[in-house]
Amino acid sequence: MADKVDHSKRRWLFAATTAAGGVAAAGAGAPFVLSLMPSERAKAAGAPVEVDISAIAPGTMISVEWQGKPVWIVHRTRQMLDLLAKHDADLADPASSVPQQPDYCNNPTRSIKPEFLVVLGICTHLGCSPTFRPEVAPADLGSNWAGGWFCPCHGSRFDLAARVFKGVPAPTNLIIPPHKYLSDTKLLVGDDDKGGAA
Amino acid sequence: MNLAAKLVGWIDQRFPLVSTVKAHVTEYYAPKNFNFWYFFGSLALLVLVIQIVSGIFLTMNYKPDALFAFASVEYIMRDVQWGWLLRYIHSTGASMFFVVIYLHMFRGLMYGSYRNPRELLWIVGMILYLVLMAEAFMGYLLPWGQMSFWGAQVIINLFSSVPVIGPDLAILIRGDYVVSDITLNRFFALHVIAIPLVLVLIVVVHLIALHEVGSNNPDGVEIKKYKDANGKPLDGIPFHPYYTIKDGVGAVGFLIVFCAVLFFAPDMGGYFLEYNNFVPANPMKTPEHIAPVWYFTPYYAILRAVPPMFGSQFPGVVAMGVATVIFFFLPWLDRGKVKSIRYRGPIYKIFLALFVVSFIGLGWLGLMPATPAYTVISRVLAVIYFAFFLLMPWYTRIDKCKPEPDRVTFK
Repeated sequence: MADKVDHSKRRWLFAATTAAGGVAAAGAGAPFVLSLMPSERAKAAGAPVEVDISAIAPGTMISVEWQGKPVWIVHRTRQMLDLLAKHDADLADPASSVPQQPDYCNNPTRSIKPEFLVVLGICTHLGCSPTFRPEVAPADLGSNWAGGWFCPCHGSRFDLAARVFKGVPAPTNLIIPPHKYLSDTKLLVGDDDKGGAA
Repeated sequence: MNLAAKLVGWIDQRFPLVSTVKAHVTEYYAPKNFNFWYFFGSLALLVLVIQIVSGIFLTMNYKPDALFAFASVEYIMRDVQWGWLLRYIHSTGASMFFVVIYLHMFRGLMYGSYRNPRELLWIVGMILYLVLMAEAFMGYLLPWGQMSFWGAQVIINLFSSVPVIGPDLAILIRGDYVVSDITLNRFFALHVIAIPLVLVLIVVVHLIALHEVGSNNPDGVEIKKYKDANGKPLDGIPFHPYYTIKDGVGAVGFLIVFCAVLFFAPDMGGYFLEYNNFVPANPMKTPEHIAPVWYFTPYYAILRAVPPMFGSQFPGVVAMGVATVIFFFLPWLDRGKVKSIRYRGPIYKIFLALFVVSFIGLGWLGLMPATPAYTVISRVLAVIYFAFFLLMPWYTRIDKCKPEPDRVTFK
């Protein structure tokens, strides 16, 4: 009897040890993987930012930092707003049907006050920050250009409501972050009292 | 018995020293007809050593902290004695690594070195290539210049376009919602220890696999078919001293080129070290024109050539991934009767030439801004790139091959 090997018992023990060892290894591995996720400090860095918009000249924009990303605030002129409605056919999503904005900005100008556009300056393609090109029909962007943003990385184009044009790499309009007006000249980026805080 | 022989004997009883040296160096028989293209394996090993040594010395003065990283690189360049040399050796070495590896891979394509029985050798080599790309990408973030930052931003965002898990995956890689100090710190850890360890280990596996199956040669015929009475291949010569000496000449030639770049054009006109990377990282502003370093641009051009589909840029990312991974399948895509280009028919030669044109063309386009005309050219070249692989089972079979010689030819 001593030289007879019980293979089925061996297989069972081998399977049980492997299973138990596998669970233990996965458990021991979890803290290492979880340590790679954002730390508490990184999570806390997303506080809302207060901005004074009174100094933005019409036709220009400023860039503020929120959650480590650029947020643009553009003071659009009457002429810029008039041009917005004229190229719907060239846009991928003219009516902003993809939820890239809070409900209160789901309108033709994608804003609370039409003259001020607040938008996250990160291309929806691969995260570059597009360049502001407010001029109409510059030589390098073509005669159809009515002002907007051009992404230097992969050539995506956006109009002055940050809506993406057809036939460029970016799939969706730029994101409008949650924001609200504290007064006529004070804007809060990152919180809107409507559960839209990020 | 003299002292040295005694010492070797003492070691040999405790460690297989003599037999290991014999098996891998003095009695490893390599085909006698190696040509110029066979320098690049040993040169890759040389560059690996250069990178490890220069890298270790750089870590002694570099600071992996978003506040200090850029300044510490400038400190190395200006204040550390000979620091500029260490830094330029490492940055030149990074580009030269890819020059050597691309030529090494091209050698494999020309002479069918991936074919039976060397499939696994080829696959291990391709894994090395992917690991090397990860190593280079993470290293490029460390100087924390504008290109470091925006290059990492774009590449990490590639992962976030993966359906369902993408956004969380990108956060896991960055450790933050944006590329930040946290990302820099972990890329430093991966670049200086984790990936180099893996790289060295796989290089050892690559060499063991090579020495098991034996080297291919420019004729693509097996030297193991004809052996002498002692079982040594008739067309084989011991690696040492024959190829150690030959590779030594190759190393000297390579180092002349290396030093010419290092001392006279360390930034290589903005291709080895991009000008925008001499500007500190600014998360608020993307430079006017960004492009990856030259060795990634063929894939980058393929990424840009694919338009978004179904409101997602994922197809482009897939095309880029497939463009790298498709090399793994070469051993099974190639149905040619012969291995070496010397005995292949005209169709394979034309396809290989077109492939080289598409690879270099895409590499150039990847450096250029995305204009509509360039996008069209990129698409044409991307189609050629994939046609080389996907049509291979067909064109290699119908191609008219010349008869292979029985033994290697040697002029």
